[in-house]
Amino acid sequence: MTMIFGIPLQAFLGQLLIGLINGSFYALLSLGLAIIFGLLRVINFAHGAQYMLGAFMAWLLLAHLGVGYWPALILAPLAVGLVGAAIERTMLRRLYTLDPLYGLLFTFGLALTVEGTFRYFYGASGQPYATPALLAGGTNLGFMFLPVYRGWVIVFSLIVCLGTWLIIEKTKLGSYLRAATENPVLVQSFGINVPFLLTLTYGLGAALAALAGVLAAPIYQVSPLMGSNIIIVVFAVVVVGGMGSIMGAIVTGYLLGIAEGLTKVFYPEASNIVIFVIMAIVLLIRPAGLFGRDA
Amino acid sequence: MRKTLVTTLAMLLAGSTAAFADASDGKVKIGILNDQSGVYADFGGKFSFEAALMAVEDFGGKVLDVPVEVVTADHQNKPDIASNIARQWYDTEQVDSIMELTTSSVALAVQAISKEKKKIDIVTGAATTELTGKQCSPYGFHWAYDTYSLAVGTGGALVKQGGDSWFFLTADYAFGYSLEENTANFVKENGGTVVGAVRHPLATTDFSSFLLQAQSSGAKVIGLANAGLDTSNAIKQAAEFGIVQGGQRLAALLFTLAEVHGLGLEAAQGLTLTEGFYWNRDEESVKFGKRFMERTGKMPNMVHAGTYSAVLQYLKAIEKAGSDDADAVSKALHEMPVNDVFAQNGTVAPNGRMIHDMYLLEVKKPDEVKEPWDYFKVLATIPGKEAFIDPAKSGCELVKS
Repeated sequence: MTMIFGIPLQAFLGQLLIGLINGSFYALLSLGLAIIFGLLRVINFAHGAQYMLGAFMAWLLLAHLGVGYWPALILAPLAVGLVGAAIERTMLRRLYTLDPLYGLLFTFGLALTVEGTFRYFYGASGQPYATPALLAGGTNLGFMFLPVYRGWVIVFSLIVCLGTWLIIEKTKLGSYLRAATENPVLVQSFGINVPFLLTLTYGLGAALAALAGVLAAPIYQVSPLMGSNIIIVVFAVVVVGGMGSIMGAIVTGYLLGIAEGLTKVFYPEASNIVIFVIMAIVLLIRPAGLFGRDA
Repeated sequence: MRKTLVTTLAMLLAGSTAAFADASDGKVKIGILNDQSGVYADFGGKFSFEAALMAVEDFGGKVLDVPVEVVTADHQNKPDIASNIARQWYDTEQVDSIMELTTSSVALAVQAISKEKKKIDIVTGAATTELTGKQCSPYGFHWAYDTYSLAVGTGGALVKQGGDSWFFLTADYAFGYSLEENTANFVKENGGTVVGAVRHPLATTDFSSFLLQAQSSGAKVIGLANAGLDTSNAIKQAAEFGIVQGGQRLAALLFTLAEVHGLGLEAAQGLTLTEGFYWNRDEESVKFGKRFMERTGKMPNMVHAGTYSAVLQYLKAIEKAGSDDADAVSKALHEMPVNDVFAQNGTVAPNGRMIHDMYLLEVKKPDEVKEPWDYFKVLATIPGKEAFIDPAKSGCELVKS
């Protein structure tokens, strides 16, 4: 049997694929964070809570209204996006002129409140959410048993990441958004509604987090704590990728997912710190992150 | 000068009330201290408080003609917070005993304080055998289960049923290690083998990588030596990777009805676990379960039923002793058999361990369930004598050999 670094090639390929699946979640979540930071200069600590809200929304839709996975994939992000937009409109907006620290504190407090509320009503051990029938089961790839749903997560998240990147980098709306961050006063003077653009951006970021939450629901327990478990890692991903760099966030998400997956084979005990070790090294060598521009 | 005087006076006054409270304060006060907001909020949580209230009501609300009061607090799984609350309860709020105490580190800390203050503590939520081992207390009791009994149940009994090769998925901290070690010992004693183990960090969200390793090990049983959300996620993802369908058996070493409910039968079916209580055991337990359900919206697990039993037995002991003095109550608790909905003919060993039967359970398939919460098949009943450490070998200095 072919061996790579002392482990069978098959096991190696399997772990590589699993790393890619986790990377999909990191990429989706860090993408939303990077967009919000890039355009609003807000460090959105509520991102984990919005991810959790997405998963819960899918569960609530199924449990109370009988609405299945596929509609939830659209409805949940839409609902969370609207809530996000409302929060930006009524609260977050007031903090733009203050030190960025206030935005961080506000979103952090928001996250704690939302998580606490859900924990009060739904308990800590979470709710079950079944894999949609269409994507149940798995296929044997020869080197591993791949659940169909996990394959779907990789494909779908890649499409969403690239789509978002294209919208921001290649469309007119995207160019408005980017221009508005560079020089809001100038853009406004061209008759473009900058405050509306910012609301839209925060809503979009929140919707992306919720989308990741719906994707995660069949894999993880739908639990009020699921967001706070993953958010710290996602912040590390954004830092490694370079704050505000959208492509950087996507690529780094997948890369770090793979790095973490491989650590689980070679030295499992370190698998939850490897991302932070990488973060520390990157910060030492390239403080602006792998894809960031020096300010 | 005057300020110093006033302060001294205030201190004296505070001191004297505390002293009076000890003797007779006109009521018996029980504190339920546990995790009500973290990972164990369903495992025990505010539901244990409800169970304690039920026990007080069933006893009649009064003992020795004084009212019984139950107070509760959230210790957030932090020994320092728990210690502060325990001291405050004992020193200024006339609490006579503290119970539940989920999380081993918290239970050990509060048991030490209770010993120092000469107060009764009855642990139902924590797992460590240390409570009745090296760190045992003449006023400390361990009621519902411990790591040893879980290992005997899941480790020992499962091997006898043919699950003779094991692979462990172990949480990378002291609790996980001790659970793995205890269980592995029973597996080997019963003629089984351990083919491997992998240590995962606490609060891992994705277990697929570890599950693949377990799958390729070819072991008949995959033992989950972890707790709470970690176990839930591991089981859910094992279902996704077709591990149980592939013929391997999952054994959760610390998992209760509450978590099975959270996980759903679709993912949990076929899982083996050990508990000290199952509501659908007999007529009496069903009746208790339904009453609990009416009040809380869920069926009780062994922590909830155990807390009910502990509170009830404590009140019976006060009545027997004719006083709420800790020495007298402790003596009565050690002497009296435990007969209630939780335990039949339970006995309390000199090290404080309440010895009762444990149950090896298997989670039913969704189509086998006849009524809500009817999740388990009882595979075996483990007699109390086998389920718990022989007190003489527990390492507790209170046991005379």
